[in-house]
Amino acid sequence: MNVLVCVKHVPDTETRVKVKPDGMGLDLAEANWVINPYDEFAVEEGIRLKEKLGGEVTALTVGDEEATKTLRQALAMGADKAVLLTDAAFQGGDALGIARVLAAAARKIPFDLILCGKHAVGEDNQQVGTLVAQLLDVPCVTVVTGLEFDGQAAICKREIEGGTEVVKASLPALITCQKGLNEPRYPSLKGIMAAKKKEVLKWGLADLGLEASTVGATGAGFQLRKLELPPPRPEGKVLAGEIPDQVKELVRLLREEAKAL
Amino acid sequence: MKILVFAEQRDGKLKKASLEAMSVGRELADATGGEAAAVVVGQGISGLAAELGKVGADKVFVGDDALFAAYSNDAFGLAVGKAAQAYGADCILFSATAMGKDLAPKVTARLGMGLLSDVTAYSVEGGSPLFRRPIYAGKAFATLTPVPGKPFAVTLRPNVFPVADKAKAGEVVPLDHGVTPGDIKSVVQQILTAQGGLLDVAEANIIVSGGRGMKGPENFPILEALAKALGGAVGASRAAVDSGWIGHEHQVGQTGKVVSPGLYIACGISGAIQHLAGMSSSKVIVAVNKDPEAPIFKVATYGIVGDLFEVVPLMTKAVEELKAKG
Repeated sequence: MNVLVCVKHVPDTETRVKVKPDGMGLDLAEANWVINPYDEFAVEEGIRLKEKLGGEVTALTVGDEEATKTLRQALAMGADKAVLLTDAAFQGGDALGIARVLAAAARKIPFDLILCGKHAVGEDNQQVGTLVAQLLDVPCVTVVTGLEFDGQAAICKREIEGGTEVVKASLPALITCQKGLNEPRYPSLKGIMAAKKKEVLKWGLADLGLEASTVGATGAGFQLRKLELPPPRPEGKVLAGEIPDQVKELVRLLREEAKAL
Repeated sequence: MKILVFAEQRDGKLKKASLEAMSVGRELADATGGEAAAVVVGQGISGLAAELGKVGADKVFVGDDALFAAYSNDAFGLAVGKAAQAYGADCILFSATAMGKDLAPKVTARLGMGLLSDVTAYSVEGGSPLFRRPIYAGKAFATLTPVPGKPFAVTLRPNVFPVADKAKAGEVVPLDHGVTPGDIKSVVQQILTAQGGLLDVAEANIIVSGGRGMKGPENFPILEALAKALGGAVGASRAAVDSGWIGHEHQVGQTGKVVSPGLYIACGISGAIQHLAGMSSSKVIVAVNKDPEAPIFKVATYGIVGDLFEVVPLMTKAVEELKAKG
């Protein structure tokens, strides 16, 4: 089974976000950049499928040279190949712009399955996987916590409010991975060394046969007006006294002052 | 603007989030001098049109067909796209529910539209809508406006927008959906309901969450008892989930669910930045923690410095007494 895994290079979840003075960008200079946590489930699942069924795992990302680090992480975990999709024309693109780039790359590599993270932390769009699937006209199952195969179909468990859906999708398909699907491995020292020797291909706008107007900022559907930090929360009250009295007071405040009960 | 709202139903019942979305659709239509319609897809669901009329739908496109008996994003996506084209929609609204988030990009990819996820506020300025959405799980907020002249779509976070009472005609328009069995490449075969009958954190208006201070899985029943007394859901920090004490579907935070309930009770949660991001837009926050220096107290409306194993059962008892009194 040949698997494509789409990954993204993101600031880790410990990052303190700062807004630039003009309110039109984030200052992420102090952030520690990592592979998107949900993409680790996707890479792990791809490698497990390769180990079980044979085939190749290819990691794809859209980004600048820095994003190569996230591709190396996927290679160190056990992916066979990696492609950096990079071009000045891709900058400022929205989820659909990014998806057009990934879909164009996927058309150049034979695949049975595409795996993505459920969403990328940061932009929090939860769109790209489904957009790629629709552009490629393959079925898509999102937020998957269990994956099995029945002949030419994937049987997926998908998280919904208060339960789980069992979804059957014909292959080739695209699946977005949720925590619970597997436990991602740490790269071994051997894996890290091997990853350094593996080639990372670079494809740009022309390699992918894309029009600049459909991918970058010019293709985006929305314009940013401003970025801001959340308003500070009003000063809270720490209660005092014996615990049973504090609890009584808390319930009274929740009911009478906060009107939350 | 012409606004089309995807109305989600499960087992023939409309989701509350869809009534919220329809109310937003009505208000956006009125503020921009336009009209609002809904599209509802399923089997045996024609009766839902009247309900959508009550919350502001001028028209309701109804796709009532055995092909829509089980959810398939292929079939539903095609049908909603057809409705958008038939209506000439400038804007499609979805709820940011499991189904809405799964379906919206299917529709927008086909129609080449921009899509804004998880919007929590909007306004209209000079005839153009402005939408506000959290990024980095709420560590920051972005305000965006659609590129003039381009149709667009938005998903709206549930539990944020009120349901309005603005009755309109709700005229039923049978949807010429054009879906054939061959279009359906993925479909829901079965729905497994979570055990215990407690609400999902994504839908609950009250959440009782536990962290490292819970010490082990055997102690979560004390949170469940409080959640049950309050009619709420049980949440958890990443520390508790990664320790294997409770399922990841309960996790609140940047790598879990981002929630904004009316009341969030954090028990034994220190308040790591990635957890705070996921819950600090809750209306009221209660923190129970032994450590008075815990960062959770910085966002708490009310705090009790104490042992959760003493505090939580007392709270449960107090809430039960309150409910018994009515």
